[in-house]
Amino acid sequence: MKHLSIKLAMASALAITAGMASAQTMDITIGLQLEPPHLDPTGAAAGAIDSVVYANIFEGLTRFDATGAILPALAKSWTISDDGLVYTFNLQSGVKFHDGTSMDSEDVKFSLDRARSEDSTNAQKALFTGIDTVEAVDATTVRVTLSAPNGAFLFNMAWGDAVIVAPESIDNAKTSPIGTGPFTFTNWVQGDNITITKNADYWGTPARLDSATFKFISDPVAAFAAVMAEDVDAFPGYPAPENLPQFEADSRFQVLVGSTEGETILAINNKMPPFDNVKVREAVAHAIDRQAIIDGAMFGLGTPIGTHFAPHNPDYVDLTSQSNYDPELSKSLLAEAGYPDGFTTTLKLPPPSYARRGGEIIAAQLREVGITVEISNLEWAQWLEQVFRGYDFGLTIVSHTEPMDIGIYARPEYYFQYDSAAFRQLMDDLNAATDPDARSAILKSAQRMIADDYVNGYLFQLASTTVANANIVGLWQNAPTQATDLTAVYWND
Amino acid sequence: MDFVKSALRNRSFMIGAILAAIFVGAALFSFLWTPFDVTKLDIPNKLQDPSAEHWFGTDHFGRDIFSMIMVGARTSIAVAVVAVGIGIILGVPLGLAAAARKDSLLDEIIMRTNDLVFAFPALLIAIMITAVFGPSAINAIIAIGIFNIPVFARLTRGAALSLWTRDFVLSARVAGKNATRISIEHILPNILNLLIVQGSIQFSLGILAEAGLSYVGLGAQPPIPSWGRMLAESQTMISFAPHLAIFPGMAIVLTVLGLNLMGDGLRDLLDPRLRRSRT
Repeated sequence: MKHLSIKLAMASALAITAGMASAQTMDITIGLQLEPPHLDPTGAAAGAIDSVVYANIFEGLTRFDATGAILPALAKSWTISDDGLVYTFNLQSGVKFHDGTSMDSEDVKFSLDRARSEDSTNAQKALFTGIDTVEAVDATTVRVTLSAPNGAFLFNMAWGDAVIVAPESIDNAKTSPIGTGPFTFTNWVQGDNITITKNADYWGTPARLDSATFKFISDPVAAFAAVMAEDVDAFPGYPAPENLPQFEADSRFQVLVGSTEGETILAINNKMPPFDNVKVREAVAHAIDRQAIIDGAMFGLGTPIGTHFAPHNPDYVDLTSQSNYDPELSKSLLAEAGYPDGFTTTLKLPPPSYARRGGEIIAAQLREVGITVEISNLEWAQWLEQVFRGYDFGLTIVSHTEPMDIGIYARPEYYFQYDSAAFRQLMDDLNAATDPDARSAILKSAQRMIADDYVNGYLFQLASTTVANANIVGLWQNAPTQATDLTAVYWND
Repeated sequence: MDFVKSALRNRSFMIGAILAAIFVGAALFSFLWTPFDVTKLDIPNKLQDPSAEHWFGTDHFGRDIFSMIMVGARTSIAVAVVAVGIGIILGVPLGLAAAARKDSLLDEIIMRTNDLVFAFPALLIAIMITAVFGPSAINAIIAIGIFNIPVFARLTRGAALSLWTRDFVLSARVAGKNATRISIEHILPNILNLLIVQGSIQFSLGILAEAGLSYVGLGAQPPIPSWGRMLAESQTMISFAPHLAIFPGMAIVLTVLGLNLMGDGLRDLLDPRLRRSRT
């Protein structure tokens, strides 16, 4: 009691000096750049969906924490058979969906079977392909049998695409998502904001906030104004790195700079001449000055990478020196490949500033070695149509934000069209390997293989930048997955 | 000599002409020399304030803003000149033809098509054209040019119609000249003044349109410098590097102001009725 009264006295004294109401703030407004197309994380690739719903509304068997480690979620524990094929999950008991129905093993079976079914619209079906059968043993036990051992299975189950949904409510999930998380969906004003409210019946540690509003602000200038005017309390993925020093200098704000899973690459159309010649791709790699791009496009934020792998991962191999900035070497490689006078190609850029600004810098750098680049700036829809699905590009810049996505190099139809049987074999070996040392060795040789083949120009790991009110505690500094996890966020005032 | 004397006395014409001359001069001069190469990036020297070395400072890639304004003038002026040219070359003959065949089917077709094009907000359609055919300076020129056609066609038709009733045209008809010859030999020289005045106004609108299209990313593509894109790129940096926005903004304002003043002045100088009423 005594402690409490002292605390109260201090709080009211603070409140008086600050001239503010003494009640603790229980709600938060989060600024996000992209509005989700809908709210069903199992039905689209858009990371913007997970930015709203992951961990807040929907939960999976396992989950990522702020460091990217895998934690138990709806599965409180699990056992793995010696041969690595059978995973037995013990579910949390007494878990209820937001509509009041209970979450049990049948819902898990439904969710996993739905995701891996033939007509599934799940954007990450590869996460589930290794599953042979899913059995509901009893209400709180689920047995998943794999067709082959998969060392990444628990990791796969933590993805936003693998969350547990209910057969009763999934049909309307796009507009009114029903999950098991600590927040319930309240309202969506299309084009403006989404509100979520604390779930009073949450099975685990309850959220500390009463409600949260996600406000969608796509324009970097408007984002700057909204944060400065304190219209939003936090802005994860803040779009203009050039403004961060101003926020850092302002005591009202805190700036969190961390890592993401976003490998930013100069993607090369491996099937389009002259890029089908590895010497030409190597020449492009040596023509690029990564540090200039990081300084010029990202105002110094970002870690140089030499392969398609996150530098904060323990298995990362630093191969940046293999594709170091060496314009003279680049020119001689071009001459060897039969292009002593260079050539002309296209560089198609999606909207983010890393691409638009980075593209201008890369165009200038390639010009130095004789490669003429015609830049065209595209909107995302055009980019998806022309580049991602249409293969109509020479070069493009994009950040691959999915965690552990080196497997895309095993898909010859993936937009940069790297076709290597040796790499596909490596990925098959990786999926079969459960021994951590063996997996690590395979991942390292995979990184080396794509660096040796100069598949793409590897630029830098995108930094995670969050600007927030200085009194907010519990926001993620790093972005191991697309999420705005508000479960542990509170105001320190 | 009379014209030069009254031109020198006309203050708004002189101010406008000087401003326009500065930017046209800068654009032409940039073909020969700029203080720095605008395609070369110098990232270690980015965002420098104006100094003796970089008169207008450097941008976020370390490029010299003064040089970019010079080369950007080239982009703006080229787009506007060609767009106005399209308007005159296509619009004036259409207007002359419509006037020569007043109330005919040809007149109706020309003028109603004009109304149709005129009814659309010009910049919106320009955005649509560049969105469909891809953003580039060429498409910006075509888009802006198309909307200059009805402007000149209407102006020409209106002025030509009143001329067709004048005695000297009647006498030309009596002398057996056909409509084409009359339009070219008698009508056109008499509406030239009007066209020059309108041309200078459309020219300034063209510069604004080019800046607007570039601002939304549909004009000249990088690395070609463009005032509109310079403004757009400066947006997030205005709070700590205002020179990035001030100089291209001033360039647009002064050029457009100059051309408008010049247009006003020209109208006063060239329109004999106005001149008489003032004296």
